[in-house]
Amino acid sequence: MNGSENLIHTFDVEDVRADFPILNRKINGMNLVYLDNAATTQKPRHVIDALTRYYEETNANVHRGVHTLSVEATDAYELAREKVGGFINAPRPETVIWTRNTSESLNLVAATWAEEHVAKGDNIVITAMEHHSNIVPWQQLAMKKQAELRYIPAGKDGLLEMSNISKIIDSSTKIVSATHVSNVLGTVNPVDELTRRAHEVGAVMLVDAAQSVPHMPVDVQAMDVDFLCFSAHKMLGPTGIGVLYGKYDLLNDMSPFMFGGDMILEVTYEDAKWNDLPYKFEAGTPNIADAIATGAAVDYLNNLGMENVWRHEQELTAYALEQMSSLAGLKIIGPKDPTLRGGVISFMHDSIHPHDLGTGLDQLGIAIRTGHHCAMPLVRSYDVVAAARASFYIYNTKREIDELVNGISETAGYFAS
Amino acid sequence: MMGGTSGLGDLDELYEAIILDHYRSPRNSAPVDDPDVDLEVNNPFCGDEFHIQLKVSDGSVSQVGINGRGCAISQASASLLAELVEGKSYAEVKAAVDSVRRLLKGEEVTEEEQDLLGDIEALGGVRKFPVRIKCALLSWVGLDDALTDHLKK
Repeated sequence: MNGSENLIHTFDVEDVRADFPILNRKINGMNLVYLDNAATTQKPRHVIDALTRYYEETNANVHRGVHTLSVEATDAYELAREKVGGFINAPRPETVIWTRNTSESLNLVAATWAEEHVAKGDNIVITAMEHHSNIVPWQQLAMKKQAELRYIPAGKDGLLEMSNISKIIDSSTKIVSATHVSNVLGTVNPVDELTRRAHEVGAVMLVDAAQSVPHMPVDVQAMDVDFLCFSAHKMLGPTGIGVLYGKYDLLNDMSPFMFGGDMILEVTYEDAKWNDLPYKFEAGTPNIADAIATGAAVDYLNNLGMENVWRHEQELTAYALEQMSSLAGLKIIGPKDPTLRGGVISFMHDSIHPHDLGTGLDQLGIAIRTGHHCAMPLVRSYDVVAAARASFYIYNTKREIDELVNGISETAGYFAS
Repeated sequence: MMGGTSGLGDLDELYEAIILDHYRSPRNSAPVDDPDVDLEVNNPFCGDEFHIQLKVSDGSVSQVGINGRGCAISQASASLLAELVEGKSYAEVKAAVDSVRRLLKGEEVTEEEQDLLGDIEALGGVRKFPVRIKCALLSWVGLDDALTDHLKK
């Protein structure tokens, strides 16, 4: 697919905003202020057009036909894989496996690599700030294998307590799985240090990058991680498609996750031979259109420059922390230092339940997340049952943060006796 | 400040004055000594949690205590419930739960039921905010289950 020639080449937030049709929507009569980007991001025209263009001009099944459309669809699908591989600096495109989302990528590793390598008496190490999707697969596996699930604790400062990691990650550790950026606290975790320790004891390192790849430069080779998972819909792409990156030799030795078409080389009535990477992990007709649109999302982000994206979000986060901390009754959880966190700010208000706040802000056109953020154990560790969360992306502005702060004040005033 | 003064728009339809009043001053929130019915209800989606205690005698609720934490809607709803059920027979409580369910779903409620519900009708504002219906129903569903269990004993 073509498509990068009409994109902007410098980062100007007003230019960026013009690329997002949904930002013209009114919500309850007000301009949309979309601050729920950690849940999913909005899509630029460029990505929406890539989807439409694929269905209007190219649609066919991949890796099958000899006809023109099938060849074009296959080329576009594989080009998208190369783009995504380049985006995270994967050494070769076949180390990029398409999945449905981060959860499926995590489950794939748990159900294949970990299923084969974790035995009774081994341990699996995760952190106290994982999303449910990076807790539950390991709980299930640990129960099944009679292995131990260990947690690296998080302090009240919102940072992982790293002082004991050489005890927690030990010679019986088979896999360490940690989130790169917390979807609740915003904390950027020291995954390099965890990776070094994991490798010292011969364990593999998996990084849940759902909240990092969309926001900052990520280089899987520099990080030396064994597996890395993320979703397209949190980085301007469509829903229903995600990525598992894995080191070639690891992926190559793993058993398939699902069985079906495309993942086999040869089938007899008795047995089957697995296809090569990456197809061994892509049973059935894949999500062709959304893969191609993910490639378009990567083009868009590359044109902005991930350094610029990260800088923009750091500026917004620092500004938001400063403005929000001036609000009476508001408590922000997570690191105080904006340089230690991504663009995710979770908070509680003394006198308003997060859901009332969410409903109030929605009346003002402001979309935030409320609840436990799929991280119940972490949220409960702050002795609350729910929190509100504002999360930022490339199209957000300081003006919108002002609107959030004013909206919180206004809603608080409404509920004050 | 009682809404209506700002861009908060339709918020008053959800948070009628009576709702805010019950939210700020919950009724019958004191714990009950030696309760006959004692249960915790929660909505894991929002983290709302309520502790419902009842004393029952001669087929009716003689004392009620409800306390917990949650949003304004769930707290006001629990307080309205606590106010309503005191002194009511099982049958009346069951009928009220049924009326509240229908009220929140936007189904028809008879004049007779309206009389029974009284202030509780203010909860009907939640219909315009469908994601909040569960907040309003939480304590009612819990009470219904608890009474049903109690009657089986």
